[in-house]
Amino acid sequence: MAELKNLLKQQIIEVLNLEDICVADIQDDDALFGDGLGLDSIDALELIVLLDKQYGIKLADPKQGKEIFASINTLAAFVEQNRTK
Amino acid sequence: MQKISQYIAIRDNRVLWNDNVVFEGQSSDFKDFAKELYQHLEINYPKFYKMDNLCKLAFLASEIALTNNEEEDIALLFCNKEGSLDSDLQHQKLISNIDNFYPSPALFVYTLPNISIGEVSIRHQLKSESMFLLADRYQSEYIAPYCELLINSSKANKVLCGWLKMINGDYQANFYLVEPEGILEHNIENIDQIINK
Amino acid sequence: MKQAYIHESNIISPLGFTTDENFEAVRAGKTGIQKLKLNGILDEVFISSINEDQVEALFARLSLTSASSRIEKLAIAALFPLIQDRKSLENSLLIVSATKGNVKALAENDTEASDIPTLAKNIATYFGFQKEPLIVSNACVSGLMALSIAKRYLQLGLFEDAYIVAFDEVSTFVQSGFNSFQAVSSEACRPYDQDRSGVSLGEAAVACHVSTERQSDSVRVAGDANINDANHISGPSRTGEGLFLSIQKALDEAQLRAENIDYIVGHGTATIYNDEMEAIAFNRADLSTVPLASYKGNYGHTLGASGLLECVLLVECMRRNLLLPSKGFQVLGTSQPIEVLTAERKCDIRVALKTASGFGGTNTAIILSKD
Repeated sequence: MAELKNLLKQQIIEVLNLEDICVADIQDDDALFGDGLGLDSIDALELIVLLDKQYGIKLADPKQGKEIFASINTLAAFVEQNRTK
Repeated sequence: MQKISQYIAIRDNRVLWNDNVVFEGQSSDFKDFAKELYQHLEINYPKFYKMDNLCKLAFLASEIALTNNEEEDIALLFCNKEGSLDSDLQHQKLISNIDNFYPSPALFVYTLPNISIGEVSIRHQLKSESMFLLADRYQSEYIAPYCELLINSSKANKVLCGWLKMINGDYQANFYLVEPEGILEHNIENIDQIINK
Repeated sequence: MKQAYIHESNIISPLGFTTDENFEAVRAGKTGIQKLKLNGILDEVFISSINEDQVEALFARLSLTSASSRIEKLAIAALFPLIQDRKSLENSLLIVSATKGNVKALAENDTEASDIPTLAKNIATYFGFQKEPLIVSNACVSGLMALSIAKRYLQLGLFEDAYIVAFDEVSTFVQSGFNSFQAVSSEACRPYDQDRSGVSLGEAAVACHVSTERQSDSVRVAGDANINDANHISGPSRTGEGLFLSIQKALDEAQLRAENIDYIVGHGTATIYNDEMEAIAFNRADLSTVPLASYKGNYGHTLGASGLLECVLLVECMRRNLLLPSKGFQVLGTSQPIEVLTAERKCDIRVALKTASGFGGTNTAIILSKD
């Protein structure tokens, strides 16, 4: 799980161009949106693509993203349970 | 008749402000040069890194032009030849990959040239007139009277005009600010000189 | 100050090849949107595209052999009847509006053929315009912004008249991008409706003639503004600020007030956030009880053509004193009240409002007047 969390952090930094942030800067329970990493609606869409491309998970309803993308903890748990690749 | 209050050229990893070199970067690669200039300007604006190269260029030129600016009603009038081709080609590459078909929303949003106007408007909170024009040269004979009309009819207090080139790392920006007081007459001869610097 | 008047127009769309045909089709409640397979990789989507056999017949009738691409032919075909009998274009401005133009050429690695300035020059050369064209590429407000700009150049006294041509095609390039934005409708789009789920894309080429000369059926561009939200590059403003300010400024210039407006043709893309933003802006502008329609249910979102397409249809409504309804609308789906029309209505339209909003936080509002 720790490995998956680290990988997710790396992938998020890369696809969202978080140039000033490194893996160690993101705590597992940090809020990704809003005050935390300050991600926005386009980032959420990009994370949906990330889930599909890297883990074979298709989010049918973008509104689901809100809970899944709350933090690295919630995201990793979701990926662990739903990944098809 | 309005005046030109300042003008900026960004090219060949240098920034010229009213003909004076105010920044010289180390890198000839645009992305690295843009980061150097961003850091030199001491801005804290993480969204900068998410922008495509056209927006980064427009953002940096505007940042220099609007340093210490307090005016809120500044119209933005940007032009180029290529539109958003630099990002269009990247989106096209993604959607041409049939075996790995994952178009990127964060890239697709930049396949419109006026996103550069949006980025600058957000940064400087300009709820103002704006327009993005395409042409293979800067149409000063059209643009100059348009700026005069915007200010004379109170549709804006100043106009920031910009000519942008950004394609496959080949870049140049020539910006100038039009307002009632300034250092140069706002006429076609002066504008053409500024655009060709 | 000189005034700008809208005269003849022409629409090439799935619903017809003249403005009259298009008006009657919208009046009859027709839509060009149907479920289609755009290419091998994308799933079937709801799109409004022009029938290929009919468009080939049109091109043949106009002998459009020299034009280099389908979109160039569509643009020329749109302008053709407006310019056909004109002797001189010496002092006429051509304004071209497009977001992506011939973007299909990129799939063939032909960046030259995708170049919009070249496309615009070809159109200008075809008709013999003496002056270089002006090209507006400002996302989804382009077509309406082109009219705003035409009015301003006419006011400056730089040109006798202006011809605007606004166009865009359906393409995999744009469709795949909207898909990735999760902004595509799972049925023909339903602007302002509670069950709306996104846009349907469409294509059209629209032309319009504007001059300083008032004629008997002229409609005047009485006020206009293009104000940015300064909020987000893709998400519509939650306060509708840019659209609200655009409407206020356009009204101020026209020296009119909200209560003077008889009909609004909105942008109405049928995405959750756009339609909500419009409802908020219209409420802030005291326009919640003015009859409102979006024609996206008939045409889909025709991008760079849409603002002009919808505006010339609005001009026809004003000439015929008819309010056309908003196709696809049943139950209000915005948090603020708006008066979306579900049936045709007779009304002496003296003043109307046309708005458009788009990516980049861009908005345009135009006040049309029949005085």
